Amino acid sequence: MSAACLDIRSLSAVLPNGQRVLRSVSLSVQPGEVRALVGESGAGKTMIGKAVLGVLPPSVRIAEGDMLLEGEDLGQLQPKARRTLIGARTALIPQDPLTALNPSRRIGPQMTDRLVRILGWSDERADNRIRQLLDEVQIRDPERVLKSYPHELSGGMRQRVLIAAAFAAEPRLIVADEPTTALDVTVQKQILRLIAQLQRDHGTAILFVTHDLGVVAKISQRVSVLYAGKVVEEAETAALFAAPQHPYTRALMAATPRYTDPLASLRPVDDAVLAGLAAEIAAADQAWRRPHG
Amino acid sequence: MLLQRFLIRLLTMAITLFGVAVVVFVVIRVAPGDPIAMMLPPGASDADIARLRALYGLDKTIVQQFFIWLGGVVRGDFGTSISLRQDVLGLVFNRLPATLELATVALLMAVAIGGSAAILGARERGTAVEAGIDIASGTALSIPDFLWGLVLILLFGVLIPVFDISGRVSPQLDLPFVTQFYLVESMLRLRFDLTWDLLKHMLMPAVALALPLAAIIAQLLKQSLKEVLDLDYVVLARVKGFSETQVILREALKNAALPTLTLVGVQFTFLIGGTVIVERLFSYEGLGNMAIDAVINRDLPLIQGIVLVFALLFVLINLAVDMMYALLNPRLRHG
Ligand SMILES: Nc1ncnc2c1ncn2[C@@H]1O[C@H](COP(=O)(O)OP(=O)(O)O)[C@@H](O)[C@H]1O
Ligand SMILES: [Mg+2]
Repeated sequence: MSAACLDIRSLSAVLPNGQRVLRSVSLSVQPGEVRALVGESGAGKTMIGKAVLGVLPPSVRIAEGDMLLEGEDLGQLQPKARRTLIGARTALIPQDPLTALNPSRRIGPQMTDRLVRILGWSDERADNRIRQLLDEVQIRDPERVLKSYPHELSGGMRQRVLIAAAFAAEPRLIVADEPTTALDVTVQKQILRLIAQLQRDHGTAILFVTHDLGVVAKISQRVSVLYAGKVVEEAETAALFAAPQHPYTRALMAATPRYTDPLASLRPVDDAVLAGLAAEIAAADQAWRRPHG
Repeated sequence: MLLQRFLIRLLTMAITLFGVAVVVFVVIRVAPGDPIAMMLPPGASDADIARLRALYGLDKTIVQQFFIWLGGVVRGDFGTSISLRQDVLGLVFNRLPATLELATVALLMAVAIGGSAAILGARERGTAVEAGIDIASGTALSIPDFLWGLVLILLFGVLIPVFDISGRVSPQLDLPFVTQFYLVESMLRLRFDLTWDLLKHMLMPAVALALPLAAIIAQLLKQSLKEVLDLDYVVLARVKGFSETQVILREALKNAALPTLTLVGVQFTFLIGGTVIVERLFSYEGLGNMAIDAVINRDLPLIQGIVLVFALLFVLINLAVDMMYALLNPRLRHG
């Protein structure tokens, strides 16, 4: 079997007070696959994405585990080599397009800077490439958009820009961190469809982070369910929906009858399920503390 | 719309200057000390004193004096210096360039030192380097400019005499200048020997003036850089593969500089205020040095003229800061 695009092996991350925010997370993304990572807010989804991309907050320390990007162990690389590798092979579609663009720089240079400055493309090649991608994300007036400042564009337009920029350098892996959560409901579907379309056209592997099982069903081939920094279940997406194994997964599904229901996520998970989860996590931490604490 | 804003701005500036003129005019006349008494020998008769009073218009009421003076100012006549018997405007313009050059050099130093410290501290945040920068800037800030001047005079004028501590330029040099902007003119004339001599004289007073401002810039810009460095677009730039230094210079600096800029403008006016004492300390022949003489001699027209010029400078600096702010902030530019 060829190397996975991304292979996370037993990754634990701790806060300065010793508390674990990621609990021995293992998960892999195969080349060209969309891998969903689903969990409630605060489960640690963003943290996993940031760990992979090497942008964890300074207060969060990786305590164990390996991350392999196309077979290369990121932990073994010097910082500069790691940064360059991540810059060349990965991209991020961020959660909030309103804060992910620099307010004082025009869109054009923000889209081309990686191609020119990191990958060493000529200005002209980068410009052509960006225009092609803007066309793919159905932006009809690239001239205006490239000259604009972020505040002159709507949230949906900015997210299209960020998606185009992410795909522009043909990365092997894209981390999409709740790319539709911050958008209007009507725009959410268009953006989701766009990501799926570009993913198919370019064959890019995506680690797709979401709290929404409806989105999982639509876009992913496989899925990991995260609770309190621990993967409680992992399965083919179809299999998960057909026969969820873990009580937490079943509870999440029960709480999400239709993904269009905005109140769905407010329905609480059953007390008994929570008690079971708490015990499971306590046991995992107990086992972890023996060699590490 | 833009024209309207500009006119309102101009009007505010005029009102500010008028207010300053009124206050200074009244305060220096109410304060004790008589310029006429200081001009005359001790045995002068009452008649002599009265004649001189009338000559300088000091026999009229304050209100009358003010409007006579204001009438002159409007026509560009700031009166005659009582102690130097020369046209006030000419005296002020003769000295102003020296102060402007000193203040500008000090500002550039402060921005260079404070800016580098802020960038370094932000890049090395959470390390001993940052802690060192915090301690250094805390120290620089807690000592006022004139004390820095004394410290520098002791260190480099007395203990290790490597710099000139007095004057603007070495007196034995032949000066080919036609303007009072010696530093600028020496560079334009490619007389870098003179530039060097001027800079050597300027260095210590400029450092004394620059240190507190550099410290403020270091602290404020570092703090605002650190806040910006947590934002999403900076994280995205790191993912793109940019190094921390590139991230700071390309993404963070401009946005972080905006809040610092306003404060630097205000602090720069303080720096110019500081030239009064620092120029005196280093016998630097600028406007501030002349201001102290004017106050000692109770030279009312000269004090008025100098204060008004300082006030005009402050108002212009504020205007410049506002314009730079708008220039750096695309939201304001298009809004
Ligand atoms: N900068 C940080 N420092 C310390 N803890 C953090 C930081 N950011 C997030 N956390 C904590 O880490 C956990 C996971 O957060 P996150 O990955 O953002 O969750 P999710 O993306 O699944 O909503 C949360 O408990 C959150 O409080
Ligand atoms: Mg998140």
